[in-house]
Amino acid sequence: MSAPGSALIEARGVSVRLDGRGILTGIDLDVRAGEILALVGPNGAGKSTLLSVLSGDASPNEGEVTLLGRPIGDYRALELARLRSVLTQANAVSFPFRVIEIVQMGRNPWMRGSTVDDDREAVIRAVEAADVEHLLGRRFTSLSGGEQARVSLARVLAQSTDIVFLDEPTAALDLRHQEEVMRVARGLAAQGRAVVVVVHDLSLAGAYADRIALLDSGRLDALGTPAEVMTAERVSRVYGLEVRIHRLGASGRPVVLPLRD
Amino acid sequence: MSPRIRAVGLTLLLAGVVVGGIVLSAITGQLAITPTEVAGSLLRAVGLDTVWAPTDPIVESTLWFVRFPRILMGLLVGAALAVAGAVMQAIFGNPLAEPGVVGVSSGAALGAATAIVLGASVLGGAGIAVFAFLGALLATLLVYVVSRAGGRTEVVTLLLTGIAINAFAQAGIAFVLFVADTASREQIVFWQLGSIAGSLWSQVAIVAAVGVAGVIAAILLAQRLDLLALGERNARHLGVNVERLRLVSIVLVALLTGVAVAFTGIIAFVGLVVPHIIRMIIGPAHRGLIIASAVGGGALLVLADLLTRTMVAGAELPIGMLTSLIGGPFFFYLLWRQRRRSGGWA
Repeated sequence: MSAPGSALIEARGVSVRLDGRGILTGIDLDVRAGEILALVGPNGAGKSTLLSVLSGDASPNEGEVTLLGRPIGDYRALELARLRSVLTQANAVSFPFRVIEIVQMGRNPWMRGSTVDDDREAVIRAVEAADVEHLLGRRFTSLSGGEQARVSLARVLAQSTDIVFLDEPTAALDLRHQEEVMRVARGLAAQGRAVVVVVHDLSLAGAYADRIALLDSGRLDALGTPAEVMTAERVSRVYGLEVRIHRLGASGRPVVLPLRD
Repeated sequence: MSPRIRAVGLTLLLAGVVVGGIVLSAITGQLAITPTEVAGSLLRAVGLDTVWAPTDPIVESTLWFVRFPRILMGLLVGAALAVAGAVMQAIFGNPLAEPGVVGVSSGAALGAATAIVLGASVLGGAGIAVFAFLGALLATLLVYVVSRAGGRTEVVTLLLTGIAINAFAQAGIAFVLFVADTASREQIVFWQLGSIAGSLWSQVAIVAAVGVAGVIAAILLAQRLDLLALGERNARHLGVNVERLRLVSIVLVALLTGVAVAFTGIIAFVGLVVPHIIRMIIGPAHRGLIIASAVGGGALLVLADLLTRTMVAGAELPIGMLTSLIGGPFFFYLLWRQRRRSGGWA
C-alpha cells in the first residue's frame, strides 16, 4: 500500500463535453492514499461524471488522468479492477442471485493469485462492515433499496482495492446506516486506502471527509479541508440557498443548515 | 442444501432421465426391440460379443441407422438450444430472451433454406450448417444492437425486435421457397416443420462437434456471465472485458442455434423453458445452470421425440410443433408474471 498522502490518481486539466455542453471544465485534482475525498455540489454539477473520469469509466475530452503515473485508459479491465473498486448508484441485478453470491463476485479480480482463505476472509470482513450478515441467504432481488445498496457496498469492499469510489453510497440509507457507511469509509482511509465519495449531505461530508471538492456547473469551485471549503458565503452562492454553518467541537467540523423561518 | 449440491443432484437426476429416455426411445417404434438387444448391440459395437446381441440384422440396422442417430441428434440439439438460451438470457440480462422468440432460429432457418436452394447441400451437411450459422449470427447481432439500452433489454423492445426479425426471415424463406425447384422446395418445407427424424450420422457428427465445443465454451464463460448480471458497468469494474465477452457470447449463441437448426428445423422454446425451470430449482449461477441446461435440454428433446413418434399411431408429429405447443403457454405465463411483478411491460 502507498504511503499516506501520496497521490494515486492525478487529474490534470480534465474537461468533458456532452452534446457540445461542458459537463466538466478544467479540473485539477489528486486522489491521495489514506484520505477521504468528498465530491459535493448541486444536482448536475458534474460529480458523477468526475467520478467516472477518475475511476477510468469515461475518458475526458481534454486533459489527462493518470493512475500510479500511467494513463488510466492504458490499463486493462482486470488490472484496473485490482486497483480500484466502484460503488455505482444503480445496482440492479438481472437474476435472483443470493446475497452471498453477490458479495463473492467482488473477489473476481483476484480469482487467480489469491487463496481460498484470502477470499473467505475478505468476504467475511466486507459482510461485517456493511452489516449484511443477516441477509446472506436471501435473494438480492427480494431486498429493499437500502439493503441492496449495503449488499452492493459489501461486494465493493470484498474487492479489497487500494482506491474505493462510492457514488452516493448513503442515498437510500437510514440515519444509522448512513453514519455506518461513512465510518466504513473512514476505516478504509485509516488503513491507507484512498476513498472518493459523492455525497449530497454537506454535514455528512463535513464530518467525515479529509478534503472536499465543491463542484459548481462543472468547475471546481473550491478544494480543501471541510473547514476551508464550507463557508456560509460559498455554500449559499453555489447552491442558491441561504445557509448557516455551525462549527462542532474542537475540530470545528462544519454542520450546514438551511435558513428556515 | 447448498446450491452446488443441488446443482450436481439435479444434473445427475436429469442424466438419469436422459439414459431412461434413450433406452425407451431405442426400444419403442414400429419394430419392437428389447432393452437387452439394445445393450447387446451396443456392447458388440465396442467389441464385446454377448448372448444379448441381436441376431436379426433388421434389428441391428434399425438401431444403428434409424434410432441411434435420431436419439443422439435429439440429445445434441436439445443441449445446444438450452445452452444457447441460457447464454442469450445472460447477455441480454433478460430471462425471456430465447433464440426462437427473438428470431435467431428464423435467421438460421433462412440461412439453411438459402443453402438448400443454392445447392450448398451438395457440399454435404457442412454447407447448410455454415449458412445456418451465418443467418443466426446476423439475426443475433441485429437483435442485440437494436434492442439494448444501458446494458439491459426491455421486454417490449426485445419482443418487438423479435417480431420484426421473424417477419423478415419468414418472408425471406417464402421467397426462397418461391424460387426453389420442386425437390428443394419439398426439402425445405419438410425440414421447416422441425424434425429430428431421418438424421444421418454425418449430420450428427457436425452437430456433435460444434455442440460439444459450444457447451464447453459456455461453461468456461459462466463466471463472467454471472458478473454480467450486475450490469455492464459493474462487470467492467470487476475486471470483465465486457465488449469481448459480448462478442464471444453472440458468436456462441449463433453457433449453437445455427447448428441445432441446420438439420432439424426450428424447434422453439427449448432455450426458454429449460433454463427457466433449472434456475428455479438451483438458482441463477451460470456454471451449474449451463451444465444442467445441457443435460435437461437433451432429456427434453429425447422425450419429446419419443412422444411425437408414439402419440399418433402410424404417424409422426413434427417435434417443433410439440415444443411450441408446450412452450407457447409457458412463455405467456412468464410474460404475465413479469408484467404483474413490474407493473408494466418493462
